[in-house]
Amino acid sequence: MASKHTLSREEQPQRWPLPPRRRPDLADFSRASLIAYLQTAPLDEVDISDPMYWETDTNSIYFKRLRDEAPVHFTTHNSDRHRGFWSVTRWADIMAVDTNHNVYSSDAHLGGITLFDMDQDFIMPMFIAMDPPKHDVQRKAVNPIVSGPNLASFEGLIRERTREVLDGLPRGEAFDWVDRVSIELTSRMLATLFDFPQEHRRKLTYWSDVSTSDAEIPGNPQKEERQAILMGMLQEFTLLWNQRVNEPPKGDLVSMLAHNPATRDMPPMEFMGNLVLLIVGGNDTTRNSTTGGVYEFSKNPGEWAKLRANPALVESAVSEIIRYQTPLAHMRRTALEDTILGGQRIRKGDKVVMWYSSGNRDERAIENPDAFIIDRPRARQHMSFGFGIHRCVGNRLAELQLKILWEEILARFESIEVLEEPERVPSAFVKGYKSMMVRLPA
Amino acid sequence: MAHVTYIEFNGTPHTVDVADGVSLMEGALQNGVPGIDGDCGGNAACATCHVYVADGWMGKIGERSESEEAMLDLADGLQENSRLACQIFASDGLEGLVVSMPESQH
Ligand code: HEM
Ligand code: FES
Repeated sequence: MASKHTLSREEQPQRWPLPPRRRPDLADFSRASLIAYLQTAPLDEVDISDPMYWETDTNSIYFKRLRDEAPVHFTTHNSDRHRGFWSVTRWADIMAVDTNHNVYSSDAHLGGITLFDMDQDFIMPMFIAMDPPKHDVQRKAVNPIVSGPNLASFEGLIRERTREVLDGLPRGEAFDWVDRVSIELTSRMLATLFDFPQEHRRKLTYWSDVSTSDAEIPGNPQKEERQAILMGMLQEFTLLWNQRVNEPPKGDLVSMLAHNPATRDMPPMEFMGNLVLLIVGGNDTTRNSTTGGVYEFSKNPGEWAKLRANPALVESAVSEIIRYQTPLAHMRRTALEDTILGGQRIRKGDKVVMWYSSGNRDERAIENPDAFIIDRPRARQHMSFGFGIHRCVGNRLAELQLKILWEEILARFESIEVLEEPERVPSAFVKGYKSMMVRLPA
Repeated sequence: MAHVTYIEFNGTPHTVDVADGVSLMEGALQNGVPGIDGDCGGNAACATCHVYVADGWMGKIGERSESEEAMLDLADGLQENSRLACQIFASDGLEGLVVSMPESQH
């Protein structure tokens, strides 16, 4: 077996297409088979970055074992695809990595913030994938724009969009909640916040999906195609920016960025990078929380009854939905020096993956973590937004959107019936849903 | 133990007892003082317990650590007297301490 370190680029250059993935020798890869397999498989034989463990929602079995038996664990299996990575699975160890940006880097040029390295031939400058001091300068410029008081001005518009979408839903017949509500609402919201033409709003969804998609999943745009799509996006945003910068300042985020003294003089590529970051950051994360909440309430009718009886619980319910969903399953760092983590020796250059989806279910930090409880005493204390200097800057916006959504759902629907198990996204990064069939009371 | 007064952004004061060794963030959460979230549970890792320390107290509450400095540096409304409440621990010496809250936590 290879030693425990991430292969360097010299040892394993970035290559396309990736070599084939080795999978366990099972009769089939159904949910039942994978559950049985993960319960007893040698820990070193499992490559949890394999999308099938996410599409079948079976990964949590493996993470529970890692938390108990090998909380900081190195994966070599399939390292010709991912170069090898550390999995950090306990709350306290994740916190230690997230707060130590001097040792654990987010730099795009070292691979960035996801388990699979960013395309090194197409790096858009975004502060999420930068280290201080540059990260800090850019984040500070964007920060006030998505702070609570500034967002208050959007509340009316967000509520209006939410009502439109909910009022347009069919009653008494089956429909896909993901398409009709989660994507529709998120795209309208993004178009509203950025004052992007509403009729082209699904472009925002599309671009954002392409930016976060694992090129390694069959069917997703591959290298050149992906670059071409993202260049197209940049061109459209450039037009938008040119238009806003020449108009008097107004209330949308593009105009704010174009006129704010802290951001208006950014080099064009950096400006674009930040704009894209705001759109991507707020797209599938919010979308999947929107679906995840409906799913969890359908599994936990007692919690739904609690919320209906006491709508004041909506804020803590939103936090619990975000914890339970963990829309981004992980963030990744690269070690800048040799260090020790959870008793393991991490070497300079190693990939270190913080599994928020596991930290959010760590019984050492959260009582009864597998239960969905909307009135947890400290519901806000979850990991879904990360911690440290990269902690989600859009968290207030996300919470506001979800709060309004649930207030408006409560005002309209007695129940939302989930008709079958949702179809999940096959990705170890974006934890979410492709579709979920539901029915509203007639 | 110390009596600590937290002043909300709108001016409403809340005076509560905070036991020795307990952080001002915990003191606020345990006593239901609004305006402090404490999302990271006291690790100086979220900056949702940002407070302004009243005149005359800065010298008595210890120094900002490196990680507290890094988080505060990114906070909205940073001032000289900004601190993270989870990094200030009650003791007899802090009897009568007054802190006030920013417009919102982020
Ligand atoms: C429930 C919804 C959301 C979740 C779960 C989420 C999750 C996260 C996480 C885990 C990070 C940390 C990245 C890291 O440590 O490397 C992050 C950063 C970020 N998020 Fe979010 N996010 C959400 C919504 C949003 C929204 C609505 C926006 C847009 C305004 C947004 C914009 C950003 C940006 C710009 C960063 C980079 C911050 C930095 O590097 O300093 N997010 N988000
Ligand atoms: S509670 Fe998170 S920084 Fe104080």
